Amino acid sequence: MADVTMLDAINMGLRTEMSADPSVVLLGEDIGINGGVFRATAGLQNTFGKQRVIDTPLSETLIAGMSIGMAAEGLKPVAEIQFMGFIYATFDQIINHASRLRNRTRGRLTCPLVLRAPFGGGIHAPEHHSESTEALFAHIPGLRVVIPSSPSRAYGLLLAAIRDPDPVIFLEPKRIYRMFKQQVQDNAEALPLDVCFVLTEGSDVTLVSWGAMIHETLAAAEQLATNGINAEVIDVATIKPLDMNTILESVAKTGHCVIVHEAARTCGVGAEIAAQLAEQGLMSLFAPVERVTGFDTVMPLFKLEQKYMPSVSRIIAAVTRSLKDA
Amino acid sequence: MNETVKASRKQPHTPFSPTYKSCHCVAEFNIQHHKMLDYEGNLLVTKIPEIANNQQQLIKLYQAMVSTRLFDKKAILLQRRGQLGTYASSLGQEAIGATIGCLMHDDDVLFNYYREYAAQFMRGVKMSEILLYWGGNEQGMNFQKARHDFPICVPIASQAPQAVGAAYAMQLRGQQRVAVCVLGDGATSKGDFYEAINAAGTWNLPIVFVINNNRWAISLPQDKQTHAQTLAQKAIAAGIAGEQVDGNDVIALYCRLKKAIEKARSAAGATIIEALTYRLCDHTTADDASHYRNQQEVQENWLYEPINRLKYYLMKQGYWSETDEKKLYSQCQEEVENAVKEYLNTPAQNPESMFDFLYETLPASLVEQRNSVMVKEPK
Repeated sequence: MADVTMLDAINMGLRTEMSADPSVVLLGEDIGINGGVFRATAGLQNTFGKQRVIDTPLSETLIAGMSIGMAAEGLKPVAEIQFMGFIYATFDQIINHASRLRNRTRGRLTCPLVLRAPFGGGIHAPEHHSESTEALFAHIPGLRVVIPSSPSRAYGLLLAAIRDPDPVIFLEPKRIYRMFKQQVQDNAEALPLDVCFVLTEGSDVTLVSWGAMIHETLAAAEQLATNGINAEVIDVATIKPLDMNTILESVAKTGHCVIVHEAARTCGVGAEIAAQLAEQGLMSLFAPVERVTGFDTVMPLFKLEQKYMPSVSRIIAAVTRSLKDA
Repeated sequence: MNETVKASRKQPHTPFSPTYKSCHCVAEFNIQHHKMLDYEGNLLVTKIPEIANNQQQLIKLYQAMVSTRLFDKKAILLQRRGQLGTYASSLGQEAIGATIGCLMHDDDVLFNYYREYAAQFMRGVKMSEILLYWGGNEQGMNFQKARHDFPICVPIASQAPQAVGAAYAMQLRGQQRVAVCVLGDGATSKGDFYEAINAAGTWNLPIVFVINNNRWAISLPQDKQTHAQTLAQKAIAAGIAGEQVDGNDVIALYCRLKKAIEKARSAAGATIIEALTYRLCDHTTADDASHYRNQQEVQENWLYEPINRLKYYLMKQGYWSETDEKKLYSQCQEEVENAVKEYLNTPAQNPESMFDFLYETLPASLVEQRNSVMVKEPK
């Protein structure tokens, strides 16, 4: 068992799956000899060769489109888009084709691809490098959208994504790529997709989050605990399709829910969770659902990004509001 | 008859070589136009290509074109009667699809847009499947033959990067297979097309891009689409071969496409073939081209259409008679009528089928939605 960062865990997962399954190929910009701009694919071209670890021309539409052609022909492409800010050129391919190839051919052709992209703010990156737009993909039928929040979940969920027979958008919160290390066993064991992970159990309030924001959420839970408030923290992990049962069960127990996400508020995944809580869990709630999110503004350049992103104190304030009459 | 539109490629010099001059030519190119059969069915070349003497193969091509045209006519009729949704006709452009279909191997993969029915039919796609597709039933894309072929691609040029991916997979596995990607003239203005041809050149992929240049992208004529003299010359930017062929001339098409497909199959690289034809029909049944196109231009182009051109040649060679013609038309008519029957007799799918092919296994979160469509609504 090794002590690894999330980036190491992703690299390890890719290496393990490429060794186990010769149909897995990687493609993207600068992923070969350079090992990717974040080094997620470091050393893999050396081991598996240029034909399986493919440096593509600078062509995001091509990367997504050729992944579809490869997948339909029986390969398992794992494509990297260098930053989520450049993923929008793939929309035509992902929305019009990848997500619906199985459906439109009634299962004759399938599209088992993984589209990886680093996303989110907090690393003082240039313009277009810090947004969190996962909800755009979560709206599309036929896709899975998976967001890990720790090295071990990155490893296990990535293996699951590669083995999944349908297209998976795998969004990597780059702020925590190297934030901390964790023991991860390279045992080729996948974690389940389509389920939330309960990270800490509690009885007073449910905190729902995903990606890098899990860490502010966990820090908030720790502070709340010193005040005698027991928070249950849920990592949604697969935001599409959404496992509402785990969230509903928790809210049935706590009666209070605060949703935390870095993305803009309106039509964010938090809105869907809140809507489903209103539909199915209203009678469990003792207070309105709170959302702590990025603002409905353009993600500011990095001098102001900390003002944009949800902080521990904003989360605690929301919990305090939710519990004020409890 | 090969006309040079523009002129060969030199190896680029390094700009830092000691022999570098202030201004000199570093690369030159030309685009050839290929035509072998004139509109009266006379061969224009002295070196007779093998296909010109292959009665059996020429008749096969002729039959494919005729049956496609009769299918097309019937499909438009069905649409007008309210028995089919919007339909895109291939009138006047049948030679391109027929030749592609005739030359591809069964295990090659076709990435098609919506006018090359002849290619699909020759690859075993059923007429009833195409009718089901335009008739609003996804089952029409579940081809019973040509299982690897992609269904008709509606978002223009988006099939081109996908064809590149399939070609890459073939190359990676050392297979002797080819991807054929068919696009319209409008598609050559899109980024997908440029990204795809660029990658096909970079990796020397087993792929052929065929551009059906029917001169009109809905209402936009070619001179409004691009300032380039030819669409074939777009290959130059990608470092791959590009040439123009008379797309209403089956013999020229056959020779050039055969060469391009064999080249791809023997790992010698990608080709763009611009097949010049003319859209004798409206864009689709939802379009009325008289709003933007001069009827006289359409009438003039009937002179060059591909079916009569081949028929004249076949008759001059003694390969075909009016009796054969009558027999063929009645056979094709029967084939089309049977397909229509099969289409009209295919029941609509169950509403829950919306869910059943979305993922391999339906996520738990969708079970309730699926159940809700199965409940009969009160009248």
